[in-house]
Amino acid sequence: MQKYSRILFHVYMGAFLIYLLLPLLVMGGAAFNDSKLPTIIPWKGFTDQWFIAMWNDNRIWIALRNTVLVAIAVVIIAVPVGTAGAILVNSINGRVRSILYGMMVAPILVPGVVIGISTLLFWNQFSVGSGLHLSVLGQVSYIASFVMLLVLARLQSFDQGLEEAALDLGATHAQVMRRILLPHLYPALGAGAAISFFQSIENFNVTLFTRGGADTLTVYVFSKVRSGITPTINALALLLILFTLGIAIWYEVSRRRRARIEAAREAEGRRAEDAELA
Amino acid sequence: MDDLLRRYGRGLTWGFVGLTFFWLVILVILPDFKLLESSFRPYLPVVDVGGPKDTYSINNYLRIFGGEVPMSIFGFEVLISPRVKVLLYTLWYSGVVTLVTFLLAYPLAYYLAKIVSPKSLPTLFLLLFVPLWVSEVLRSFAWWIILALKGPLNAVLIALGIIDTEIRWISGYSPVIIGLVYTYVLFMVFPLYNAMQSLDSNQIEAADDLGAPWWRIHWRVILPHSKPGIASGAVMVFMLSAGSLLVPAIMGSTTSGWFTQTIQGIMLEEQDWNTGAAFAFMLLTICTLVVTLAMWVFKVKLSDIAK
Repeated sequence: MQKYSRILFHVYMGAFLIYLLLPLLVMGGAAFNDSKLPTIIPWKGFTDQWFIAMWNDNRIWIALRNTVLVAIAVVIIAVPVGTAGAILVNSINGRVRSILYGMMVAPILVPGVVIGISTLLFWNQFSVGSGLHLSVLGQVSYIASFVMLLVLARLQSFDQGLEEAALDLGATHAQVMRRILLPHLYPALGAGAAISFFQSIENFNVTLFTRGGADTLTVYVFSKVRSGITPTINALALLLILFTLGIAIWYEVSRRRRARIEAAREAEGRRAEDAELA
Repeated sequence: MDDLLRRYGRGLTWGFVGLTFFWLVILVILPDFKLLESSFRPYLPVVDVGGPKDTYSINNYLRIFGGEVPMSIFGFEVLISPRVKVLLYTLWYSGVVTLVTFLLAYPLAYYLAKIVSPKSLPTLFLLLFVPLWVSEVLRSFAWWIILALKGPLNAVLIALGIIDTEIRWISGYSPVIIGLVYTYVLFMVFPLYNAMQSLDSNQIEAADDLGAPWWRIHWRVILPHSKPGIASGAVMVFMLSAGSLLVPAIMGSTTSGWFTQTIQGIMLEEQDWNTGAAFAFMLLTICTLVVTLAMWVFKVKLSDIAK
């Protein structure tokens, strides 16, 4: 019985992975099909014409440029803002802390539609028209929450005694920040920047209401899916998937290597300690 | 606060406070107030804004009523306004999506937390994370291809002899549900996994040794322990589903309206920003109520959900 259920669970896991990954393969495969519609059935032969069509599509390049610019702007604003929020929340206690924390977490749960419309209306009253600059502000309002959570988690393992020691030894406040706090936070800041970047690229709801006439990739793909598509979109999709996957794998591999080095260093330290004792 | 001043001095502390203020007040609170304020004002030509016609009223909210279409609620036929109908369907099917993702995710989370050998976990997680790296619009697009009338799913089913003629999958709410479940199921898996992982396996073994059948172990030991995970996953999936615009717009047909699509129509097609604000505020209120209700039922705090 035990063995039976184990096998059943393994099968379920496998089926779930197929369920998650197969649709992406189908979509990628359709990029190579020599058919006017994006499908893999019937298979009309291999072609690379959709990649060429994509390469020549000017709107895609503009949308790509817009997407990257917005994402970079979001990272530049969201990381400092989220970090400052985390440091502030971490330094206070009691009721104020839970209220502040609640306010910082809540934007994650607010529907993107609401964020988009409220950002549009708020800036419009100061005659700031819609456009990608508003998309940036709208996206930052909830993406900073992710940064805040990551940095706050990292701050839990921070030894404040180090700061005390530095201050006692005559370091300035700026030095304490730059030489002690920030180096400890670097992993969280890196992860926060990565998450901000990808959240921004993915964003649709906030961007749709604030973008004015400008395209980002998600908006562009969406408009294409709604209005007659060719497999050009599949070609684009495949490249995007490969790009993000490449980054994800690179990130994972470097994370594992760092973890290995750290473990080795710790073991080394322990050995040295043992040797000293002996 | 004093602590901050002592550690980082006046300049840096004001920097932290200023950045946080910019975020919470300028980007979050004031826009939400503006949303609320606008929702009570009429939609007027530019010359009349601020004039005698520009008075506060709840007319925008009342625009959700108006018109009557039949709808059956638990077997009762009632006449109801089309927009209320769309809102009710949105909430109902978001609930359905939440339930389906829970049923799919529970065995998987249990497998990841208690059965699989820890050595293969990182690889499995890397594979599970792949779809999360792919944008929502592309994931919906993938299912749109699969479910097409002449698409692969129908072809496979016909080849296997399960059906004779093609099924029109893209109609009504089922493709929307399929798309939403696929898009958000992982938001249920990870919180559930986190909760189950913290359960001491000895408790399961003890229950087993004392003769509890497997379903009883799940019902009395594992499920209660996973409660914070369930709450967190359910709130996430429900909010994401109810607030999703991409999936219903791509997977939907003329017979499947989603409330976010109603808002989009008012904002971008009718260009009536005030009514759009009113409907957006309604969505926000309802979502807040659902989160509060879920926290109250499961007796968890906001900090547990956001993990």
